[in-house]
Amino acid sequence: MENKLEGIITRYRENEGNLISILQDIETEFGYLREDAIYWVAERLDVPPAKFYGIATFYAQFHLKPRGKNVVTACCGTACHVKGSERLINSLVKELGIPEGEDTSEDLKFTVEKVNCVGACSIAPVIIVNKTVHGKMTPDKLMKETKILKEGKKEYTDYV
Amino acid sequence: MNRDISIKVCMGTGGIAAGGVEVISSFEKAFAASGITATVEKNCSMHKVGCRGFCARDVLVDVIINGSKSTYQYIKADMVARIVGEHVVGGTPVSEWLVTDDYHTFHNKQVKVVLSDCGEVDPEDINSYIGREGYAAAKKVLTTMTPQETIDVIKASGLRGRGGAGFPTGMKWDMAIKAPGPKKYLICNADEGDPGAFMDRSVVEGNPHAVIEGMIIGAYAIGAPYGYVYIRAEYPLAVERLHLAIRQAKEQGFLGKNILGKGFDFSIKVKLGAGAFVCGEETALIASIEGKRGQPKAKPPFPVQKGLWGYPTIINNVETLANVPYIIRKGAAWYAAMGTEKSKGTKVFALTGKIQNSGLIEVPMGIPLKEVIYDIGGGIENGRKLKAVQTGGPSGGCIPAHMADTTLDYESLGKVGSIMGSGGMVVLDETDCMVNVAKYFLQFTQSESCGKCVPCRVGTKRLLEILTRITEGRGREGDIELLETLSSDVKTSSLCGLGQSAPNPVLSTIRYYRDEYEAHIYEKRCPAGVCKDLLSYSILEEFCKGCTACTRVCPAGAIIGEKKKPHKIIQDICIKCGACFETCKFKAIKKG
Repeated sequence: MENKLEGIITRYRENEGNLISILQDIETEFGYLREDAIYWVAERLDVPPAKFYGIATFYAQFHLKPRGKNVVTACCGTACHVKGSERLINSLVKELGIPEGEDTSEDLKFTVEKVNCVGACSIAPVIIVNKTVHGKMTPDKLMKETKILKEGKKEYTDYV
Repeated sequence: MNRDISIKVCMGTGGIAAGGVEVISSFEKAFAASGITATVEKNCSMHKVGCRGFCARDVLVDVIINGSKSTYQYIKADMVARIVGEHVVGGTPVSEWLVTDDYHTFHNKQVKVVLSDCGEVDPEDINSYIGREGYAAAKKVLTTMTPQETIDVIKASGLRGRGGAGFPTGMKWDMAIKAPGPKKYLICNADEGDPGAFMDRSVVEGNPHAVIEGMIIGAYAIGAPYGYVYIRAEYPLAVERLHLAIRQAKEQGFLGKNILGKGFDFSIKVKLGAGAFVCGEETALIASIEGKRGQPKAKPPFPVQKGLWGYPTIINNVETLANVPYIIRKGAAWYAAMGTEKSKGTKVFALTGKIQNSGLIEVPMGIPLKEVIYDIGGGIENGRKLKAVQTGGPSGGCIPAHMADTTLDYESLGKVGSIMGSGGMVVLDETDCMVNVAKYFLQFTQSESCGKCVPCRVGTKRLLEILTRITEGRGREGDIELLETLSSDVKTSSLCGLGQSAPNPVLSTIRYYRDEYEAHIYEKRCPAGVCKDLLSYSILEEFCKGCTACTRVCPAGAIIGEKKKPHKIIQDICIKCGACFETCKFKAIKKG
């Protein structure tokens, strides 16, 4: 871990105001903000860990808990909302076994996250499964996708 | 066979979601198989292009042979072989796959300025942009105009900030040129936080060089050697294309030191947002670039006086900057000839929701809303009726159907209780509940409130609580008046634009749909049939065939009955999810 963190710090040492960028890189590298990583970086940069956590808890992009192997992002933008995203999200949460109040299943296989707008409103409602954007999602198509996810089969690209 | 063949495939996020990558590779395979590249002198070129706007018809493909263009819609990878065989090789377009008349009516009333090169240039190739007069404006400004002359052109054009506030861009730049240097910053706000808006995404994905060129011109005008693009992390494709475009611009000498030998330095860094709507507000955005929590500051001092790291800073929206090269190229008078007296030029709107033709459009300011909805948008889908159009995102309001004559310009929208906003336009029909819409926006603004000031932090929470109670059937006498007073207080006393505009959806929906609020509160009824807790589902015995389809999808086990006999929903167990209603093929389930 230290080697990776060392690399991240070196990239930003010269530049000001890059605590957010450091956190973004840690998130990308480890999948979430590991507590030991934050404390390590805090000590190296002589910045209080509280400052890092103040930033991490402000921005929606950062996660303090590990994420699932499969990340399903449900867009909650206005267009998706009027096209029934709430129904889809409820179905996702139920099918993938996400406990109430959490976003990741206990076996760390699935994360369902809600995002405020992906910007693909013309093909609403939009669900992104492991970085593949699926537009015009219907309850039926969603069932198919969640089945594939649960069976661990290779992700196929579905067309709109 | 010497023919100039060009294939353009839509590769915006929408196009890719519809299978654009597979379509391109199918074309490449089909060409290789028919040996076409071997027989043409000029390249048979495949181009990725950005969003043309009509995302609902993706994948859109242009086949241009010797300058003659045919556009195909809804193309999938397995359709490509036939297009290559019959059209490219055989010379006859596959007519049943070509776009229909409504594709053209979608475009007829549009006037493309910012989007004029989207869908034409390859966003990943600077030479594609240069080939269409790209960077000519920057050259003109740097070699023949002074900074003040540049500002005067923008002033004369009447360009106003397209992020939502509509502040005159020329005036803003004028303040910046007068601010003390030499350290100044020009920031492009590509945070586009409004849900339902994707204008900026499409421009950055489809023609990032227009934005860069706009920034070069702006930076020269105000004397800023440093530029940032603050772009939301939820737009990975736009981020990637932006990085590439900046690199290419640097290689060609449009960015860096001593640009075009004119002693003008300008470099651009990219900063990713981290998922905070409030960072679209300029002081919060600055705080975010400085690596802090994105909390706004009181203004004055304004960023032009004391901005990033305390230095004079100008923040412009993507669309504002993308307009600049075209204004310089074609002149202020050309731009000012479009639009209305106080709202010049064009505006890009993201037309979404219950509309037939959903997509990105660019229209002259002052166009009546009804022309956008019916002539461009093709009317309401599924044979329903227009109920309202929501503009301005969570800061905006709803324009009811009977006011569809309202023109789209800053003043007119303000008068009816909405705002232009960044361009989000969501169309609603009779199946949308206006109280639910207000609640939806408050859910958004409440969770995005930074928490710094009491009016917004507590005010939005209380507004949301009241709206939630109303939609759950626990509305009380006096709630509407309370919403109105609270909204007014939050608007007047919040620190920044987020809080100041968060109550707008509430005030707007109460203004035009008070009866819906009253039905929820006094009759415990949701006229649109949306608010779950005010609905009940029951089976109409005369239509029920006893097929048991509903029983099988009911997650609560609330439906009983024997096969082939009318079924019944047990109200106490029913969780009102609506699954049975969606499933029943005999219209035997009543919702209400």
